Amino acid sequence: MRRPVGEINAGSMADIAFLLLIFFLVTTTMDVDTGIARILPPPPDPNQPIPDVKERNIFKVLVNRNDQLLVRDKPGDIRYLKDEAKEFLSIHIDDERFPEVKEETIPLLGTVFVSKGIISLKNDRGTSYDMYIQVQNELAAAVNELRNELSRKYFGMDFEKLINEDQKKAVQQAVPISISEAEPENVGDN
Amino acid sequence: MSRFKKKKAGGNPGISTASLPDIIFMLLFFFMVTTVMRETTLLVKIKAPEATEVQKLEKKSLVSFIYIGPPMKSELYGTESRIQLNDSYHTVGDIQEFIATEREARDEVDRKFLTTSMKVHGETKMGIVTDVKQELRQAGAFKINYSTRKKLHKEGL
Repeated sequence: MRRPVGEINAGSMADIAFLLLIFFLVTTTMDVDTGIARILPPPPDPNQPIPDVKERNIFKVLVNRNDQLLVRDKPGDIRYLKDEAKEFLSIHIDDERFPEVKEETIPLLGTVFVSKGIISLKNDRGTSYDMYIQVQNELAAAVNELRNELSRKYFGMDFEKLINEDQKKAVQQAVPISISEAEPENVGDN
Repeated sequence: MSRFKKKKAGGNPGISTASLPDIIFMLLFFFMVTTVMRETTLLVKIKAPEATEVQKLEKKSLVSFIYIGPPMKSELYGTESRIQLNDSYHTVGDIQEFIATEREARDEVDRKFLTTSMKVHGETKMGIVTDVKQELRQAGAFKINYSTRKKLHKEGL
């Protein structure tokens, strides 16, 4: 004869679940990692000549060891950097004070003008990382604003809200992040 | 008298706790799924700078971290910023080897999507960061991410 199996008491199940819950509550880290993404250039090829870039196509930003800015050979202010960079990178056809533009045919956009402007960023070894990020942030903001403007004009929404990969690519091609970082060197006396 | 007191006056029936384990289990599963175990113990202080133009770092499994900042035990290691890879202090020369091992650990298809996230203390000098970046360029790890916190509002300009 089979013995009747007694029912297992499930009353403590809640306690066990609580214990596990508390363990995961404690160990969990909810923070999402955020940051500014950049692509580094490949190491310079000694055989390749340094490309010749016209003076008017370069927007020079220097940061010294005291975190002071020199924007286009004039002392600059981080608060105005974004607007200056944005103005520099926007399209001005046949204007000597602004960088050259080239016509490019981009899928989805058709033939558009793309600025040849390059932002050249140079920092000292003594510059603080905080300042460097602020400068990078302002420059990224300038590019993002231009991308948003273009994206709104063609697709009716901000660049970040674009879902279609092709549309994203088109906007990225029309407004490239052209930030060139100089090889490191010491600016000023140390 | 007592035979008329069959119904208790105003007594609420007790709430059934039978579904309590289910509710707790639901919460438990939520936390189990969202949890990310901390893999490394930080040996350096990291107070990431704030920025407005931040992007989310996606595909955590394809990210290798480099920590740079002043050591936690400043009485032992001084206050000069140090590089931490995995669980110990390293020098700039070890970066290439670190990237190579990180690459080896991933699938071949995923290797080109490997991102290096640099978590750097805000007051660190750029010298050491530049050296690390040069090493990353040599190692062929071009995709990098400067870890920053999202600034909630921009102070008045």
